[in-house]
Amino acid sequence: MEWLVASVISVMTGCGVYLTLRARTFPVVLGLTLLAYAVNVFLFSMGRLQIGIPAVIDPAAAAYTDPLPQALVLTAIVIAFGMTAFLIVLALKARSELGNDHVDGLHRSDDELKATKHNSAKAEIERSES
Amino acid sequence: MSLLSFNLPLAALLPFAAAPIAAWATRYNRLASAWVAGLTTLLTLAILFPSMHAIFAGETIIQQWSWLPDIGFNIAFRLDGLALLFALLILLIGLLIIFYARYYLSAKDSMGRFYAYMLMFMGSMLGIVLSENLLQLVVFWELTSITSFLLISYWQHRQDARQGARMALAITGAGGLALLGGVLLLGHIVGSYELTQILASGDLIRGHDLYLPTLLLILLGVFTKSAQFPFHFWLPHAMAAPTPVSAYLHSATMVKAGIFLLARFFPALSGTPEWSWLVGTAGMLTLLIGAYVALFKHDLKGLLAYSTLSHLGLITLLFGFGSQMALVAAIFHIINHATFKGSLFMVAGIIDHESGSRDMRKLNGLFKMMPHTAMLAMIAAAAMAGVPLLNGFLSKEMFFEQAISASDTTLAAWTIPALVTLAAIFSVAYSLRFIHDVFFNGEPIDLPKTPHEPPRFMKIPVDILVVLCLIVGVAPMLLIGPILSVAVAASLQAPAPEFSLAIWHGFNLPLMMSFIALVLGVAVYTVRHRLFAWHDRCLHGIEGKAVFDWLQWKTIRFAKKVTDYFDQTTLQPSVSWVIGGALVVSIITFFQFNSPLFGDRALMEADVITILMALTLIVASLLTAVLHHQRLTSLISIGVVGLVVALGFVKFSAPDLALTQLSVEVVTIVLLLLALFFLPQHTPQERSYIRLSRDGIISVSAAVAVFLLTMAVLSREYTSIANFFIENAKPGGGGTNVVNVILVDFRGFDTLGEIVVLALAGLGVFAMLEGLKLAAPAKDVEGLEWSHDPHPPIMQTLTRLLFPLMLMVAVYIFLRGHNLPGGGFIAGLIASVALISQYLANGIDWTNERLRTDMHRVMWLGLLIATGTGVISMLLGYPFLTSAFTYLNWPVVGKFEVASAIAFDLGVFLVVVGATVMILVELGKLSHAAHFINVEDIK
Amino acid sequence: MSPFTILPVLLPLIGGILILMARPAGIDTQRILNLILTTLLVGVGLVSFQLANSDIYQVVLLGNWQAPFGIVIVLDRLSALMLLLTSLLALGALWYAIRTDTDKQGQHFHVLFQLQLFGLNGAFMTGDVFNLFVFFEVLLIASYGLLLHGGGRLRTRAGLHYVVINLVGSTLFLFAVGTLYGILGTLNIADMAVAVRNVSEADQGIVATAAVLLLVVFGIKAAMFPLYLWLPGAYAYTSAPVAALFAIMTKVGLYAIIRVHGTIFGEEAGDLAFVHIEWVLLLGLITLALAALGVLAARALRRQVAYLILASVATLMIAIGINNEAALAASLYYLIHSTMIGAAMFLIADVIMKGRGIYSDSFTKAIPIDRPIVVGSVFMLLGIALTGMPPLSGFFGKVMILHSALNHPWFAAILSVVLIAGLLMIIAVVRSGSLLFYSVQKEEGQKTSPLNKSAFVAVFLLMLVSPLMVMFAKPLTDITSQIAGQLFNGQAYIDAVLSTVPYGDNSK
Repeated sequence: MEWLVASVISVMTGCGVYLTLRARTFPVVLGLTLLAYAVNVFLFSMGRLQIGIPAVIDPAAAAYTDPLPQALVLTAIVIAFGMTAFLIVLALKARSELGNDHVDGLHRSDDELKATKHNSAKAEIERSES
Repeated sequence: MSLLSFNLPLAALLPFAAAPIAAWATRYNRLASAWVAGLTTLLTLAILFPSMHAIFAGETIIQQWSWLPDIGFNIAFRLDGLALLFALLILLIGLLIIFYARYYLSAKDSMGRFYAYMLMFMGSMLGIVLSENLLQLVVFWELTSITSFLLISYWQHRQDARQGARMALAITGAGGLALLGGVLLLGHIVGSYELTQILASGDLIRGHDLYLPTLLLILLGVFTKSAQFPFHFWLPHAMAAPTPVSAYLHSATMVKAGIFLLARFFPALSGTPEWSWLVGTAGMLTLLIGAYVALFKHDLKGLLAYSTLSHLGLITLLFGFGSQMALVAAIFHIINHATFKGSLFMVAGIIDHESGSRDMRKLNGLFKMMPHTAMLAMIAAAAMAGVPLLNGFLSKEMFFEQAISASDTTLAAWTIPALVTLAAIFSVAYSLRFIHDVFFNGEPIDLPKTPHEPPRFMKIPVDILVVLCLIVGVAPMLLIGPILSVAVAASLQAPAPEFSLAIWHGFNLPLMMSFIALVLGVAVYTVRHRLFAWHDRCLHGIEGKAVFDWLQWKTIRFAKKVTDYFDQTTLQPSVSWVIGGALVVSIITFFQFNSPLFGDRALMEADVITILMALTLIVASLLTAVLHHQRLTSLISIGVVGLVVALGFVKFSAPDLALTQLSVEVVTIVLLLLALFFLPQHTPQERSYIRLSRDGIISVSAAVAVFLLTMAVLSREYTSIANFFIENAKPGGGGTNVVNVILVDFRGFDTLGEIVVLALAGLGVFAMLEGLKLAAPAKDVEGLEWSHDPHPPIMQTLTRLLFPLMLMVAVYIFLRGHNLPGGGFIAGLIASVALISQYLANGIDWTNERLRTDMHRVMWLGLLIATGTGVISMLLGYPFLTSAFTYLNWPVVGKFEVASAIAFDLGVFLVVVGATVMILVELGKLSHAAHFINVEDIK
Repeated sequence: MSPFTILPVLLPLIGGILILMARPAGIDTQRILNLILTTLLVGVGLVSFQLANSDIYQVVLLGNWQAPFGIVIVLDRLSALMLLLTSLLALGALWYAIRTDTDKQGQHFHVLFQLQLFGLNGAFMTGDVFNLFVFFEVLLIASYGLLLHGGGRLRTRAGLHYVVINLVGSTLFLFAVGTLYGILGTLNIADMAVAVRNVSEADQGIVATAAVLLLVVFGIKAAMFPLYLWLPGAYAYTSAPVAALFAIMTKVGLYAIIRVHGTIFGEEAGDLAFVHIEWVLLLGLITLALAALGVLAARALRRQVAYLILASVATLMIAIGINNEAALAASLYYLIHSTMIGAAMFLIADVIMKGRGIYSDSFTKAIPIDRPIVVGSVFMLLGIALTGMPPLSGFFGKVMILHSALNHPWFAAILSVVLIAGLLMIIAVVRSGSLLFYSVQKEEGQKTSPLNKSAFVAVFLLMLVSPLMVMFAKPLTDITSQIAGQLFNGQAYIDAVLSTVPYGDNSK
């Protein structure tokens, strides 16, 4: 059982990382969401895996799961939700501010180009200065 | 406490205190600042005066106060012969300079700024020579670098001034840092930064393993400050400063600071072959280079600058010899050089001032026009050349003597005397040039002004110095004897050797050498034109500055390369660095310990359902990653992931998580859909396969690492604090749903932070979307028109019917939360979904009419309630967030329980509703607006 | 336990709520509220400082649950110092923001501001690792809002990068915390420290891994190589007052290292003792080198200042990495200096930028700014302080750090990196200074905008911190060495936290 869960977490993490490293905002959002799922399951599994054992006090119950990781995961889920929502809207803002949905914005390349041109010119000034 | 117990710090700090006054005084009267400066100098002299007789009695005055004992940094001042000699040089020559500058500066130069800088510099110099604590000395040392920067760049509008100043600061500043390092090591070796201890423990220092690095660092400081080869080149470029500044910095002060340090550390560091080699070589090279180049400078100040170099080299070389008499000669020459070089700089200033030029190819035959100045110049120059009956001659004789005696011990016997004589020849030549080219040698060639004598007072400082040259030259012992002997004694930390400063030592080798120097010097001068031609042909443009600029340029280029490599303002590399870095450090660290990867805990059997779920998850995740170019598809598959995760929580007995995950999932997907509406439907293919493969590697290794990490933990036993919660949930928390009790009670503080995060997300979204305009695509992916009937009637009626029902569910989930799976958060999300569905079905306007509450209000109400429950418990004397509960007997309902935690949970509920609805509605409004934009377009 | 202890966390939270409630009343009301609240917070900071100025730890069991089961907040000398520092910094930044109308450039500036303080103070006081995570998230999402405040192309881009990198960081944080819980079975820092001592050799590797993973997380906040790449953009392109406030953000990471690693992996941790420290030192040295190069390479003033901040943080990492009491004390002295002076530097960069009009802060010949003497002198003093030249605080901090490193095996490396980096920064700052203030030329049509004096007050006061730190170096270093002493006595902290009993009869 454990290795199943472990592999699930690892695959989710791998895909999450891959998507997070993409150049467009939307896949990045998906990637971070996946990472959030992965880490939540991981955190949850840290209480070790139990099946058919209640988390609610009940005289009949023989044993209980470790409730603490569950509480932590709940908090983590909520926070992740807030962050994701924020990030999604930020992606939209970035789209309108930067001209497209590339994580570095639209005219980045020629921008930097201009910048470097500008700077080499400036560098000459500096050189003559120094 | 009498003045005598703190007059040293007072003397060092007074100029700093006076600087702002000088700057401020100029507002009222242009000359006021000059007066302030002059009087301050006199006052400082007066403050030191009472201590002088003690010094001449051979005492050493030390005044110290403990400041930062932990690092041995005390406020400690010291006055002994050496310090006194330098203090007098600084103050007396400073006084003359201040007097001179008052006539030199033109109407458009700000007197206030000049004298303020001047005073600060003077204070820093005094601080150096009067310091007992070495860290304190370093402080003043760096202060001279800063203040000299200000002085050299005084004419800010001139580029050469700015550059010269920057170079000076770069070089001397670097030296200062090296000196700091050296001093730290010295203190480490001796165990104290107090000079008294350090000078006393020379053998300990010389014997220590750290001796060489210490020596190197300190000498680095010395050589940069005193412009010794190969750091000499900053000095000539500092000539862009106003002449009074040059006269001050390069005759008596700035450059002498390094020499002073050599004299200071003489007992502690000298007497080893390393010392003689390093100091001697640097001195000799500087002596020769300076003397040689000086001859070829057509600029008056340029000539003086290089001659200064050569004389500094001479002094350094004397220290390199390391004998006691050499030290005497060195200190004697320090004094002499200060006098004649000071006067020569001032003469140069006068000539510049009166003729408007410093070019010796134009300046000719000025004798007729300014005979007085000419006379002064001739005497001073003669002193520089080492003509008998002048002070320069005496110290030069002693220097030759030392050169000879040194050469029996070191090196091939005749090299040193030969080289030294060579340098002397050139110094005679350039001194001659200074006189002959300028004052005789035909008529002036098109000068800007017709030269004439300067105002009487401008010459007074020069007069004084020249007279000194004469007196010292004729009757040395009379004037110099006493101070010199105490200075030498202080520098040696031992009684001074017997020395007689006399004009006549009989016919001996030194005299021969002087004679040769004079004769050949004249000869060299007569053939100068041929030499100039040869020099211009072969050695032209060989310049330290070029090297410095090149070096600086290279460094900056390198810096830019490195910086641009890391800091590309692109996201992908940054994230790769983070994840890659995390992987690397964790792996390295893990293998530093010899613990097994996995433990021996018994693992559970996998069952079919779990396997199926796991497979679905894996496939769905992979699909999300692979198909991320079709965004809608990947969105659906990530939805599947979320759902299955929720199921998994059910499977592994975590119903709360399942519910939460589920409701979050719904809202998130709605959000993503809304966002996708404004984003391109497809992700363009990425070109760079290098990047793709690199990312592939990172992702796979991350996956593997996480797998191992998970298994490593899951395969180990652990004992946790869990039982406490299970035992106390009911009795202590009043709830049977342990998870919920943890959330609202045991760890309520987490939940408080969590809802603040949520609220902030809502507010952040609100702030971001304010005034944001996005055009919605007019057509969908298949290129079909969007439906222009946004609110289909069936859905409307349906949602309106469902609305109360959903709210009921929400309330139910909320109330049972404390005892059964559920609670404020889940209830909140359900309620939000209910509200959202109204917006979706009936449109913003319709709903807003009926739902008049601003979500901001809901949020702060929620936060207020949640925080309030905590504060109430404080009012009852319990810590923040302490919960209480009681059992009520209600008719009908019967016995049932109210926990204050419920109130807390209500706060959670409200914040969740407020934040979620706000986010979704704001986004919805956006699409609403966008739609209208398009509808306009269509019409 | 004094009920007062909780106030540094509670006040900004309530403050945030109040300002949110006051939203309909308009910006002026919010401004006044915020000013009052922040001033109050300074007062609270002072009282807390007084409260902590003893060897008694102020421990609050939130929810009245015995540690390690509930969450504790702890007020000790260090957290008190951070609280006070933060509130003072906040006041300066807020004043500047209001006087330059920065807060009007978008929604909810003041709410975000207060809740940012809530997050910071929470992080400084909590004694629970997961709660630290929560407060990190609070201060992060608040900082996202503040960073993006005002909008604009470059700012949005920098914001996006900052957010994504930190979200990755949060994920790592949860992995680390999860692992630690999975092995040690607890979340309370003190309790973890106890648990770590009797970790079996078989489990050490995994715990160490979690430790460095946590170090990476804190390293992102502290801008440690190679995790600092978010910093230059974020600091250079956000609004000046926010950048000034962010001068404390990097310190949160360092604080977390001192607190969490210092306590859990302290001297008593056996084989796991200081498992992180060499990483801190090594990466600190690398960061300092790169930061100095960045300062030299900068093409505009604000980016240069960002790198100067990075350099000062790197110096702090080195000091922490040296890992002895003297070094820690020195690092705290330097921390105060770098926070205040760094903030002032961002503000004056803004002043200069506004003064140069269309030339903004790029390093090109431009028109002279209004009041060049005043602004120039303050800039020079700040430059001297930040590059560690005498006679200002930077130099003395540096000397203390180097002095404390004299017996360290890596002394040669530390000395050379620190000195050379210092030199490079001096050269760079002198270049930019002489470019900004000396090589200027009047132009037709380009009129300089007048200096905003009342805003400049904030810069000036922050700048004054440096000379004051020199004048009162003795008492200040006494305090910092007391703090360092308390920190190096981790056992006392552990005992204090674990021995605190719930209030009254806990039979609820």
